[in-house]
This record gives sequence, structure tokens and C-alpha cells, in this order.
Amino acid sequence: MPYPESLVAPMRAEMTSMGAVELRTVADVDAAVGSATGTTLVFVNSVCGCAAGNARPAVKMALGHGVLPDRTVTVFAGQDLDAVARARSYFGEYQPSSPSMALLRDGEVVHFVHRHQIEGRSPQSIAADLTKAFDTYCSGPVSA
Amino acid sequence: MSGHVFHPGHHDLHGITVVLETNSGLWVGRFDSVTPKGVLLHDAGCYEDGVTEGTREEYLRKTLKFGVRATVKNKLIPEQDVRGIRQLAEVSA
Repeated sequence: MPYPESLVAPMRAEMTSMGAVELRTVADVDAAVGSATGTTLVFVNSVCGCAAGNARPAVKMALGHGVLPDRTVTVFAGQDLDAVARARSYFGEYQPSSPSMALLRDGEVVHFVHRHQIEGRSPQSIAADLTKAFDTYCSGPVSA
Repeated sequence: MSGHVFHPGHHDLHGITVVLETNSGLWVGRFDSVTPKGVLLHDAGCYEDGVTEGTREEYLRKTLKFGVRATVKNKLIPEQDVRGIRQLAEVSA
């Protein structure tokens, strides 16, 4: 059951204020991810303070890096159920967890950060892994 | 909002993805609590010795890469069946 919107609104705002585009419907997801070329970071937001409380600041830090994905989008697990299910349909074999992050290049997942890779880690540490993935996958040619 | 925790005062492992070993296999899931009836996990998947394909190590390697393939929303494991608990993140690939 979704949490009250008043409770999650600040968590949505934390993502959009750093430049992430929030996708709240299936159509939003298909438009942003479905046919996207280039690189897309999809952040699966969560109310869970255990992990999401460090994940959101980590994304913000990573987005200050010199090499970035072409776009950053976010869906909210437990809140926008259809949009999240649709986003996860683009993640292939990677299993659902939240929070989590998928870096896609030309529609394929090239890097995935599961919840278990976020739990108990500092934002700095998570951001360092993310920027390493940006350097690996976001700096070269992406399309033929 | 960053760092906000909705569930203070819980077990140290609350919310952490753990590997719980039993005599007959493994359960991997999000630790909730220790109740009088056992250890409660959420969104848990399992490896059963002699039933699940591959070895325990292979199952964990796949779980580390692709995440927990959850088969049950809630799983209560009697305490007497628990042989050990560790964080999934501490498992070497």
C-alpha cells in the first residue's frame, strides 16, 4: 500500500531537484526509456530510510561528476506501481529491489546497483562506484 | 530527508539483505526481525540442497550479480534451523 503522498513528496523533490526526471506512468517510462539511445540512469526511489537515505545523496554526488549519462530518470517503488513495473521490464535478468539503480546504454543494462550494494554504505562510497560506471559506459560512442 | 529512517529501534540487521544458512540450504532476503517464532525475512528466495540447480556458491554468485530472485513475500525461519546469518554484501563473488 502506498505511503501518503505528503510523506514521499520530499523524497521525490530530492531527486527532481538534482535534475532527475520523474516518471510516474507507463507512458512516461516508455517515452523516456523504451526507445532511448545513449545512456540513461534509472534510479528506483524508495521510502526506506535504511538504504534510500544514502542512495539519493549518492546520486546527487555522482551527478556532479565530469562524465554523466545522457539522462537521469527516477521512478518511485511502492508508490507509482505501474511505472516501476514498466521500468523494471527494461532491466532484463536483474531482479527488483529498491532503492536500486540501473545504467542503460542503448536500452541494455550495462551496470546495476542493487539494494544490497547500497545498504550500510556511505553516499560517498556509493557515488564513487557510480562515477566509475559513468567513466566506463558514458564517455565513449554509444550508437553506430 | 536524506538519512531519514522510519523504523528506529529495530535489530541491527533490520532492512539489510542477508544470507541465512540452514542445514538444508540458504535463504536470502531482507531481514526484518527475530520473533518468538523465528527470524522473519521479506522478499526472500531460497537455495535448497539437492533440489536447486548448481551449488550454494553458484547461487550466491548469481544473486550478487542479478539480485535476489524472491519467491515469497514473507518467510519465517525457526531459530533452531538457523546455522548462520551474514550480510549478502559481505559474500565474496
